[in-house]
Amino acid sequence: MIPLSWYLIVAAILFCIGLYGALAQRNAITILMGIELMLNAININLVAFWRYITPDVLTGQVFAIFVITVAAAEAAIGLALIISIFRNRDTVIVEEVDMMRW
Amino acid sequence: MTLIQVVFVILAVAAIGSAVGVVTSKNIFYSALLLVACLFMVAGFYVLLEAPFLAAVQVLVYVGAIAVLIIFAVMLTESMMSKKARARNDQWWVALVVAICLAAVLLYVVVTATWQVSPAAPPTDAIAALGKALMSTYVLPFEVASVLLLMALVGSIIIAREEKPEEE
Repeated sequence: MIPLSWYLIVAAILFCIGLYGALAQRNAITILMGIELMLNAININLVAFWRYITPDVLTGQVFAIFVITVAAAEAAIGLALIISIFRNRDTVIVEEVDMMRW
Repeated sequence: MTLIQVVFVILAVAAIGSAVGVVTSKNIFYSALLLVACLFMVAGFYVLLEAPFLAAVQVLVYVGAIAVLIIFAVMLTESMMSKKARARNDQWWVALVVAICLAAVLLYVVVTATWQVSPAAPPTDAIAALGKALMSTYVLPFEVASVLLLMALVGSIIIAREEKPEEE
């Protein structure tokens, strides 16, 4: 049997890698990839807690399914925005899309 | 170490290695492919956690849909990426420090906390129970999720559509 903390450690490391990717990258597509990594880490945690702490209540799995749903919607909208910005401004570098910056 | 623990360690090393590759690769196309590898490893974790339905959903939705979307976006913006641009912004070292600090805090909490692990096994017909739960207890969020997906579909088509000037 694998200890619960192993899953939590892997998920924490994956979350921090995703956080670094979302904060440090200039390319909007890579930022979205970082966000997807963070959402996956959270899903690992949800399913691990379901399996080890409340295996008879399915809330963890149901919540993970909804997180995947929202991630799919977020990816679709985000990539549509990126393509629209690229078409209008010819860039996907987030630092160059600063029209609304004070 | 039992066999299943060895499998877990292999999956974990592959997942973390490919995730590091996603955020450090110079070529964004390699980043996208490494992301696919990482998502597959996460599906492997779900199999180890005895959640086969989630593993299937992970492969279908993440690997089949989201990764393909991302690769499409990379291809559509490729002309811009051929110019050699810096991948990281000026504050990348701050981001690195923040990520490492957060990792240290999380790992400290996870390792020192005592978890009340339940000895019960998951129900044998977990997929049937999951379907029943989605259609009874969680039917409202289920329906809201379908509306959300429809709105995302319509919204992304409207946002990404090429607007042609009206010609009379």
